[in-house]
Amino acid sequence: MAVEAQSKPMITRQSSWNTLRQVFAPIGQILVFIVGSAVILGLIVVLLGLVLSRVMEQPNMLNGVFLLLPIVIVDGLVLGFLYATIALGYTMVYGVLEFINFAHGEIFMVGAFVAGGLALFLASNGLLAAIPPLLFVLIAVLLGMAVSGTLAMSIERVAYRPLRNAPRLVPLISAIGVSLVLQDLVRLIAGPRRFYLAFPDLGLNQRYQLFQVARAGGGNLNVTIDSKSLILIVTALVMLIGLNYLVNATKLGKAIRAVAQDRPTASLMGINVNLIIALTFLIGGALGGAAGVLFGIRYSTINPYVGFLYGLKAFTAAVLGGIGNITGAMVGGIVLGFLEAFVAGYLSLFTRGHFGGADYASMAAFLILVGILIFRPSGLLGEAVAQKV
Amino acid sequence: MKRFASALMLLVLMASLLAACGQTTASPSATTGAASPAPESPMASASPAESPMASASPAASAAASPSTSETATAGAAAELPNVEGLDLGTIKIASQTPLSGPQSALGTGIRNGSELGVEQMSKKVGMEVQFVPFDDQATEDIGASNANQIAADQDILCVAGHLNSGVALAALPTYKNASLLMISPANTNVRITDDFGANPAYRVVGRDDVQPAVAAKHAFETLKVKNVYILHDKTAYGQGVADFFRQLAEKAGVQVLGFEGTDEKSVFDPVLNPILAAQPEAVFWGGIYSEGGPLLKQMREKGIEARFLGTDGLDSSELSRLAGEAAVGVNFITIAGPVGQYPAASQFAKDYEAKFSAATPSFAAQGYDAAALCVLAIAKAAEKANARPTRQQVLEAMKEIGPYDGVTGTVTFNEKGDRVPATYFVIEVKTGDPAQWDQANQIINKIDISPEGQ
Amino acid sequence: MSSTGRTSPQEPDESTSGRLEALLGQGYTPYIIVTLYVLLTSLWLLAFPFSTIAFLVFLSSLMAIYYFPVSSWLKLVLGVIVLGVVMPIVGNQNQGFLDVVTQSAIFVALALGLNIVVGFAGLLDLGYVAFFALGAYLWGIFSTGQALNIFPGAEATFPLGGGWFFVFLVLGVIVAAIAGVLLGLPVLRLRGDYLAIVTLGFGEVIRLLANNLDKPVNITGGAQGITSIGQAPMFFQPVVAAAGFQPSQGAEYRMYMYVLAILIVLLTVMVARRLNQSRIGRAWTAIREDETAAIAMGVPLVRMKLLAFAAGASFAGAMGVLFAAKQLFISPPTFDLVRSISILAMVILGGMGSIPGVILGATVITLLNLRILPDFAAQLNDWRRAGLPIPAQFDPVSYQRLLFGLVLILMTIFRPEGILPERRRRFELHQEAAEGEQMAQDAKNLVHPDIGMKS
Repeated sequence: MAVEAQSKPMITRQSSWNTLRQVFAPIGQILVFIVGSAVILGLIVVLLGLVLSRVMEQPNMLNGVFLLLPIVIVDGLVLGFLYATIALGYTMVYGVLEFINFAHGEIFMVGAFVAGGLALFLASNGLLAAIPPLLFVLIAVLLGMAVSGTLAMSIERVAYRPLRNAPRLVPLISAIGVSLVLQDLVRLIAGPRRFYLAFPDLGLNQRYQLFQVARAGGGNLNVTIDSKSLILIVTALVMLIGLNYLVNATKLGKAIRAVAQDRPTASLMGINVNLIIALTFLIGGALGGAAGVLFGIRYSTINPYVGFLYGLKAFTAAVLGGIGNITGAMVGGIVLGFLEAFVAGYLSLFTRGHFGGADYASMAAFLILVGILIFRPSGLLGEAVAQKV
Repeated sequence: MKRFASALMLLVLMASLLAACGQTTASPSATTGAASPAPESPMASASPAESPMASASPAASAAASPSTSETATAGAAAELPNVEGLDLGTIKIASQTPLSGPQSALGTGIRNGSELGVEQMSKKVGMEVQFVPFDDQATEDIGASNANQIAADQDILCVAGHLNSGVALAALPTYKNASLLMISPANTNVRITDDFGANPAYRVVGRDDVQPAVAAKHAFETLKVKNVYILHDKTAYGQGVADFFRQLAEKAGVQVLGFEGTDEKSVFDPVLNPILAAQPEAVFWGGIYSEGGPLLKQMREKGIEARFLGTDGLDSSELSRLAGEAAVGVNFITIAGPVGQYPAASQFAKDYEAKFSAATPSFAAQGYDAAALCVLAIAKAAEKANARPTRQQVLEAMKEIGPYDGVTGTVTFNEKGDRVPATYFVIEVKTGDPAQWDQANQIINKIDISPEGQ
Repeated sequence: MSSTGRTSPQEPDESTSGRLEALLGQGYTPYIIVTLYVLLTSLWLLAFPFSTIAFLVFLSSLMAIYYFPVSSWLKLVLGVIVLGVVMPIVGNQNQGFLDVVTQSAIFVALALGLNIVVGFAGLLDLGYVAFFALGAYLWGIFSTGQALNIFPGAEATFPLGGGWFFVFLVLGVIVAAIAGVLLGLPVLRLRGDYLAIVTLGFGEVIRLLANNLDKPVNITGGAQGITSIGQAPMFFQPVVAAAGFQPSQGAEYRMYMYVLAILIVLLTVMVARRLNQSRIGRAWTAIREDETAAIAMGVPLVRMKLLAFAAGASFAGAMGVLFAAKQLFISPPTFDLVRSISILAMVILGGMGSIPGVILGATVITLLNLRILPDFAAQLNDWRRAGLPIPAQFDPVSYQRLLFGLVLILMTIFRPEGILPERRRRFELHQEAAEGEQMAQDAKNLVHPDIGMKS
């Protein structure tokens, strides 16, 4: 099970056109999935709205459907990219080791806390206002990546490497242990004052109006997207391109793929397997850290336990997309984000308040996940790979 | 060797993180209690209709509600039992709250408050009391197991606990069998006293059906809100409060535009979309500040300008820290009264700050009162028995306990263990700066209500 | 298999422990030692019924009974003395210990059930707690007024009396088994981690349903949970009273729950053992080791996997009913993912597939969580009060989870095959050693390169 199951076998020299194609083709794939899920889900809710407004004799329902549609799509997109960024690191590690790194959520959380600590530190010295917001985001992301990456690498060294050859489930338990330790360590370091860490105002509060929707009772509903979300989306795409470049077009990437495919053979070919696995954790951790920083900046409140839930969602996203597949993680995250946003937005409307949308959002996401997996047992983009025995 | 090196690296990393965070420890709330609440504090002068609030003593506020007026004149110290010199052996008071896990921020607050309460009250009554905290991890079976351990330790004569009603309900049968007094600082679920009232459960907080009644009165009669969107955090507390609020809204003919729960802690966009579309006049939040703050901030960022209402879960300066300027204009209900106006409360905030170097979270003051009442009940029982009291005697003594002037105002119980006619304050947040929380916030309404919420 | 492996550590202690065993195995020595061990630890605990150390040493005597090469009637007698005589007497004085043992027993049964799915059949299930929740809510709903919300107007029938408890114990088994099959049917095509995520999703769905089904019809009580759940019937009360005992209601019920839990655990151990040794068990092993080969050998794959799911689930269903009757209160947070994971940790730490290992794993983790870590934290707290320099920010009571995490990491690193690994697996892992090996033995090698040859 390779990182990129569908990538063609590498020949010694590769034309730059090929490289470009491999690096940028996933963007097209993602666009297709974004538009596809938005259109399909949008059509479903409109149809449901049409049917239900007849059945329940609620003529206003269709109006509500259309009013909500644009904001739900925008939010689903942002949420989807959030899941996607976390899932990238998850899938990277899984692709190489076939190991569910349950501590990835905590790596993500550490990244968020690093950024929060940095922001508070700068704010207390009055420096935050002096730095341009985008520069701060850049510094925070780089710092978060460095800290989380190193942390992930150290964890691999301490808690996972001794278990490299143990039965598959054993490192899982070790990872759970790491995750408990990290949660409480961060809590200990953050102290009671910063258990809930609130980011200071970064000056990134612009909202860009996309368009307006007319309300039934007069007035308009402005559909906007904020600059923090834009930063999140752009960074996620940059991360995807960078990762694709790294895995598909560099020597390191080739080594990573070789280790993923067959560890003993790779080591016979002169690849330092331990080093490559450590680097994989470094990269995966750095991606998780970057996701954490972006999360903190976008949603502004974090706590030491925030990683668990998002780690779980990201894992779901990675499986949905086909675990081990980089583009798949992205696609899975986006589809999951859309699903949650749509269920949360519409369920209450369609059931006239009998079933709360937010109550059932994650449940619906799981049910749909099960559905997809039943029809595509290796995820949306996963290839039907023969099971290694 | 390498393993040690990487472990060392990890430590260094953590230390640098600590250093980064540590730089900012000179947090503004260090000054919280320093400004003593003089009668001419801005809040008093700005407070509108409610004249009694101008004078900053609990006695004055108690005088406003007739039922407690006769006790209000008696000073707190005068009626305290004194058991100094009695040989009582080891006496312990247990507290049980989540001290680890996601809910540990609140749980630790209660634990710390209780520790202060035990410390100060036991000095006043001249009795040596050990304080033993337990961590229930917000999990029912751990809570029940701890309860068994507590019941087995005959030195423990009273429990100040729980944060989660679920854990309390799982532990209460054990306490009941052991005749062990429990005074709850935070359990609002009606079943706590409906099922175990006074035997052995008491509580210093309002019931789930009381706070919503106050909130509804305020929202529908004073603010004249025409429609409302209700959100809750899917906990027993938040959902309980929200459910009652919805019933009251429907009874009052107020349109409920939506009723949703979310166990999200940070990302509220999906919940907020329907609110944006529904355009309610007010949003009622059943839950606590830790989710309420971020929710409020994201709500405002999204452009929802509805009024934000909540219960005593919002009563912490942390709300201002988490929500920033978005907190301005929030109306919440509390029995404790604003810290800035009560000498006892402001003293408590000061002591808490000094001892634990942190702002007081919600329910910490209630934790103080629960633990102090524990000490008081034990001392009363010891005085009466003139010896070390049994658990049964402590329970009996609790039944006869008089009004107690605590940090959260004067506490009197009915025979069910609920606080009797409580005066609730509706407080409007006026600041986005946690340091100003105590001074700037205003009492905008005052409502007397009986324990059953009528 | 692995090219980078160290040579397997030669066991010098192997021979010493072997010699020790040979010495102990002679004549009446083991009989005397084990009897003395049980008697002394029992006396110690009876003398100090509040000492955690005495309690732990006392529990370790069960291990001694299991391991010493003595005849099975002595094992039986000593086991009955430990669990049937000494424990109740101590529990009467210290209900804390009794409760810990009861909780441990519940988790032992749960871990044994999960062991069937994960350890025997090799299917990773991360949503096991869902079946536990089904059992608990089954009794919770029908023994309280909640049932009236489903069947309005049936006041004559509901809430059911305590006498129905035993019916529901069986019903819990059946319902959970059916749920296991229903879950298994669509998802068994999935392999490995895909199966894990789907079972995880199933677990979350059940918890969310429990959390949300308080509207439109209030079935589960939602976040408020269900209170005042019906107690199991105390049919023996007249007998106890006639025998001259006057226990308090609470103490009597605690003891009853303890006895019931121990009995159910014994039953589950027997069932699990029989299953493992039967044709079915061998089929599971075959599936676990190599699915393709198992199919080729004519093992009915789907039926066997479904059977594993159903059998594992049924243990949890029964325990759920007992749990509800013991706690008298249930609510959704009890049945979250963390619970599933901790049960899995019990199975893996104890030794996947090994029944004594899983029992030990479940007991150790429950004791750690409920007794050892809290006591350790309390001890640290005492020391700090006495003036030991522990930083003020570090309140030991609140770092139990951190310690638990450390324990998990250390245990997996130093003992990846589990505390008491299954014999087959141990033979696989230590082929060189296996030839000379006779009884369960503790080879203290750390990480063996050949561990984990299976996919």
